[in-house]
Amino acid sequence: MKAFSSLLDRLVLTPARNGKIRLLKDYFRDVPDPDRGYGLAAITRDLEFRMVKPAMLRGLMAERIDEELFRLSYDYVGDMAETISLLWEGDGGEDIRLCDIVDILQKVSRIDAPAVMVDLLNRFGASERYALLKLATGGLRIGVSARLAKQALAGFGSVEVTEIEELWHGLEAPYETLFAWLEGRADKPEQAALSPFRPVMLASPLDEASLEEMQPVDFAAEWKWDGIRVQTTSEGGERRIYSRTGDDISRAFPDVVAHMGFEGSLDGELLVVREGVVGSFSDLQQRLNRKTVSKKKMEEFPAFIRAYDLLQDGDENLRPLPFAERRGRLETFVGSLSDARFDVSELIKFNDWSALAEMRASPPEAVIEGLMLKRWDSVYVPGRPKGPWFKWKKDPYIIDAVLMYAQRGHGKRSSFYSDYTFGVWTPEGALVPVGKAYFGFTDQELKEIDKFVRDNTVERFGPVRSVRAEADFGLVFEVAFEGLNRSSRHKSGVAMRFPRISRLRWDKPPGEADRIEALEAMLG
Amino acid sequence: MKADELLHPRPEGLYCPVGDFFIDPVRPVERALITHGHADHARAGHGHVMATQQTLDIMGLRYGADFAGAVQAAEGQVNVGGVVVSFHPAGHVLGSAQIRVEHKGMRIVAAGDYKRGVDPTAATFEPVPCDVFITEATFGLPVFRHPDPLEEIGKLLTSRAQFPERAHLVGVYALGKAQRVLRLIRDAGYGDVIYLHGALAKLCDYYVHEGIELGPLAPATVDKGLKDQFAGRIILGPPSAFAAKWAQRFPDPLIAFASGWMQIRARTRQRGVELPLVISDHADWRELTDTLEELNPDEVWVTHGREEALVRWCELQGMAARPLHLVGYEDEAE
Repeated sequence: MKAFSSLLDRLVLTPARNGKIRLLKDYFRDVPDPDRGYGLAAITRDLEFRMVKPAMLRGLMAERIDEELFRLSYDYVGDMAETISLLWEGDGGEDIRLCDIVDILQKVSRIDAPAVMVDLLNRFGASERYALLKLATGGLRIGVSARLAKQALAGFGSVEVTEIEELWHGLEAPYETLFAWLEGRADKPEQAALSPFRPVMLASPLDEASLEEMQPVDFAAEWKWDGIRVQTTSEGGERRIYSRTGDDISRAFPDVVAHMGFEGSLDGELLVVREGVVGSFSDLQQRLNRKTVSKKKMEEFPAFIRAYDLLQDGDENLRPLPFAERRGRLETFVGSLSDARFDVSELIKFNDWSALAEMRASPPEAVIEGLMLKRWDSVYVPGRPKGPWFKWKKDPYIIDAVLMYAQRGHGKRSSFYSDYTFGVWTPEGALVPVGKAYFGFTDQELKEIDKFVRDNTVERFGPVRSVRAEADFGLVFEVAFEGLNRSSRHKSGVAMRFPRISRLRWDKPPGEADRIEALEAMLG
Repeated sequence: MKADELLHPRPEGLYCPVGDFFIDPVRPVERALITHGHADHARAGHGHVMATQQTLDIMGLRYGADFAGAVQAAEGQVNVGGVVVSFHPAGHVLGSAQIRVEHKGMRIVAAGDYKRGVDPTAATFEPVPCDVFITEATFGLPVFRHPDPLEEIGKLLTSRAQFPERAHLVGVYALGKAQRVLRLIRDAGYGDVIYLHGALAKLCDYYVHEGIELGPLAPATVDKGLKDQFAGRIILGPPSAFAAKWAQRFPDPLIAFASGWMQIRARTRQRGVELPLVISDHADWRELTDTLEELNPDEVWVTHGREEALVRWCELQGMAARPLHLVGYEDEAE
């Protein structure tokens, strides 16, 4: 438990992705089976216990400490598990194996839970108590995604992350066969589960200059829809919807799952579609990142799959076939499915690149992000191979905005003002913030902006500084972004998607930056 | 004599009307008795200052030799305007003292900042019997329990091994914490050069002069063309410097902070600290309450910090206590 609790303590405070991966790899290296597997499952939240409730813990504290002192402490700390871990008497100092803790928490009944918790809390120090309380109450949120954990595993075993993704859904905590393989002590575990995830094939951004060497006849073109890429798989009655990184998101989409009465695996785009009309990405967001979904949401925002590819048809693995062949099979396959939930992504006919470029410039629907180009002869392989598939995105939206606030970054950037809030002018002649960006500039530019922020600070609020921003003095950013949504949470009423600084406009007086009306016009 | 007549708060600080002096006044006064050299307790510009020799030395280093009209090193019992005054070690930082005042049988000890844990860089706290004990309450909540400082230093050394390409920047206050952390790092067996921000140099030199070995130290200046010379190195500096341009010279800095506040995760996150080291020069809750139990004074006055909880604890023990609302001491001081 000591190794696990110190891992948690470090992970929550480590901002850098690579730092987190290193901490995880070291943990996998230093901690024996089955503890490391349970630690991993706890972090990816595949291991949860529900027998211990906050009210029960409050009750335990009421027997141990004056109510007033408890209240003062909790007010100060702001987190129940942390407060209890620090208030609990004694320094325990015992180190109990995580697998034993898991065993205890799995078996305990609600009636025995208080006594069991008291015993464990007594035996631990504060840091382990905190980890125990978070684990037992299901409140372990430490900013490590399943994706990141899989990357750490891949790094630990020097294998491709797609290999981990492919295996993941056949595995269970404590993952001993997986670790044995990653350490070279055993063969790769067999994927025996029904409806496993099949690692996704991704496209590279198109460099327009290379079009000259590409033959239009070699490529199929499709619209690139602004939804989320998913894999819908149904085998032997097991129906699953996976995100492109292999997270199982089926539970949030029962409306789609209900219509997955097929044997096979489809690659496609998850969209909100009402009577044939594709909803915006913000419509789709109403359905994302949820564990469950209400009937009302499903009626208001019906989920839909626009199929791009067929990976598995019954017993047959189609991935080694060329795209042209898969595409034919796909059309037949989807033809038999409910057209209220599934259709096939349309192929765009074109003769030369300039004709395609024109279509890209004026797509038929606003929710189209650009084009996809796929070689007719491409087989379906995991990852992002260079050559067979390209994404040719619409040009981003561009506005000129004025730097208003700057915040210090983390890690490498902890002494740089590197996170910027920028705004545009209102009709009243004031600036209203419209977005935040922290990349898009070079290290050299970062230094220049940092100096500008330090030299022109108006006010400080902790790590944030407000910066001089007047009509004739200030710093203008050219900001590129992918789309704009209405937002009631922002004062400006708009929220940008994927904003980044595309250019520094030292030459431009802030008075000439864009006005909010320009953004409102983009909302349509 | 009533305790209030011997000492009571005034805007300038704790005042003794009988002896006409202040303890740790926050603005210039004619006569000041000073517990220790931290800036919120020891200010320049008093007419006459009495403190331990080490505190006087430290004030001289910080403010220049002419920081007061006249100075007097505290030794033994001294009569100040009819009040018997003596200084006793507080265990907080080098030179720190509790101040005991006695008049007509009334004994008050103003402890200043103190701690009870072992610290080779400060003389150990001496329990002084008294009628009224004035305690600090910087960490006056039962959630504050400072762990073994050597274990905390172990976290720093582990991180260094785990991230050998990153410069490890440890935030420390210039007086006391810097030297204690250096001493702890040495006690943990680390012998390499440790690099210092310029603001720490003078006081580290002074500690060494006073016989506290700190091992090899060097200024944290960059040699041209050697950007990576700080990879895997330990650098100490005041926390404010980490947000300044000064810190931009280090490769992928990992920010640590040695402070009692680091016990609370939200505080750690707020400050952007990646590696919290819970090392404090103040008494934690256990030390505070143990000290009160040990001294068992007739009355406890609680000052700077979380007075409310400590007063509540005294109430539960049946010990007379009240908060002493002194202004000007920094809540953040550590």
